[in-house]
Amino acid sequence: MVSFRDVVAVLGTFPALAGVTLDVEAGEIVLLQGPNGAGKTTLLRTCAGLLPVVRGTARILEFDLAADRDVVRRHVGLLGHQNGLYVDLTVRDNVRFWGATAGASHDEIVAAMVRLDVHDRLVDVPVRKLSAGQRRRTALACLVARRARLWLLDEPHAGLDAASRDELDRILRQAAASGATVIVASHELERATSLATRVVEVVAGQVRET
Amino acid sequence: MSVWKITWLIALKDLRIERRSRVITDQVLPFAGVTMLIFAFALDADSVLERVAPGLIWLATMFSLLVLVQRAFSIETDDGALDAMRVAGVDARAIYLGKSLSLAVQLLVLEVILLGAAIVLYAQTVPLDGVVLLVVTLLTATCGLASVGTLYGGLAAGIRGRETLLPLLTLPAVAPVLIGATRAVEAALGTAGAVVSDGWPWVGLLAVFAVAFGVGGTLAFGPLIDE
Repeated sequence: MVSFRDVVAVLGTFPALAGVTLDVEAGEIVLLQGPNGAGKTTLLRTCAGLLPVVRGTARILEFDLAADRDVVRRHVGLLGHQNGLYVDLTVRDNVRFWGATAGASHDEIVAAMVRLDVHDRLVDVPVRKLSAGQRRRTALACLVARRARLWLLDEPHAGLDAASRDELDRILRQAAASGATVIVASHELERATSLATRVVEVVAGQVRET
Repeated sequence: MSVWKITWLIALKDLRIERRSRVITDQVLPFAGVTMLIFAFALDADSVLERVAPGLIWLATMFSLLVLVQRAFSIETDDGALDAMRVAGVDARAIYLGKSLSLAVQLLVLEVILLGAAIVLYAQTVPLDGVVLLVVTLLTATCGLASVGTLYGGLAAGIRGRETLLPLLTLPAVAPVLIGATRAVEAALGTAGAVVSDGWPWVGLLAVFAVAFGVGGTLAFGPLIDE
């Protein structure tokens, strides 16, 4: 699913990934842990096709990331530090829009909102009026509606209450059980470690198995 | 999903955001109106105002374009939505065309209102034989402005200092539209002895500009917004 060999990705001239070798199989939930600035977010963004690979070989699913970045992106769902929402639109409008861009059906879109508990009293509330946790759940509903094959999540539990965190973990386990690949960067080691099937340490732009 | 379906999705999304946030009615229109008024006070001679009114309409439109483009891309960058669209593999051509379409609709509404304001403020009249020329000018000029605005808006979106960079990039590029549209509207309104037939070559220029930037923007937008 994900196969990196000595991958280098740069931010400006800085080698944020300095020769990453990593293999992740379908159905795995891999936790990326490491200090701030280690390259966890950069690794996720590179997997998402947002940053170009300048050296090494990288395959995501069955595609060459260097040659087929555009194609890779259609199969990837990334939830980064920002939520990717339109704050003037309602929860319903946002999930509908993001689901529609991925060709999701009406039922799939509704199911995603129900799953993340944003289908009821919040559905017609503009995102700008939501709390941070509610916005996070809305962003996760958009991700679920997109039915990605590779899930990339950067601090996904941030801002969520306990019930939402448990539900998110269930969703991730279910996605992995359905054959998706999940890569999570998190500082909440206790929760993320119990969720992950494997833990990988990112240090100074490189990766070490733990 | 086809490029056109996604284009439509994005254009509707932007127009829905505008309907909810009312930036045009609450901010852009008052700004354009104040611009027109200030020009009227500054020039303060009916004969001069009558002569330059077509140019003033388009000048106010240019300044308003900058505000609209800033807004069109701030909604994409504020919470990382443009990044999210790139990750989602949304075709960059569809993003460009959708945002251009939405911008064109907003600009058209603005231009019609500004034309009405000019008729009132600057004592302009629209002869019957100039109506078709006027409508075609509005449409072609709008397409050109929307194409350029979206292209440079996308270029400036991820850059620090984009608020000052955008006018620097956009205004020189839309200068041909300012000139062509002004001349065509002068012909449509019969300003300073111009006749309707004088305006059609300028409409031709606007159409070429719109097509060139529309096609170029569609092809260039993807690499521009990618890292």
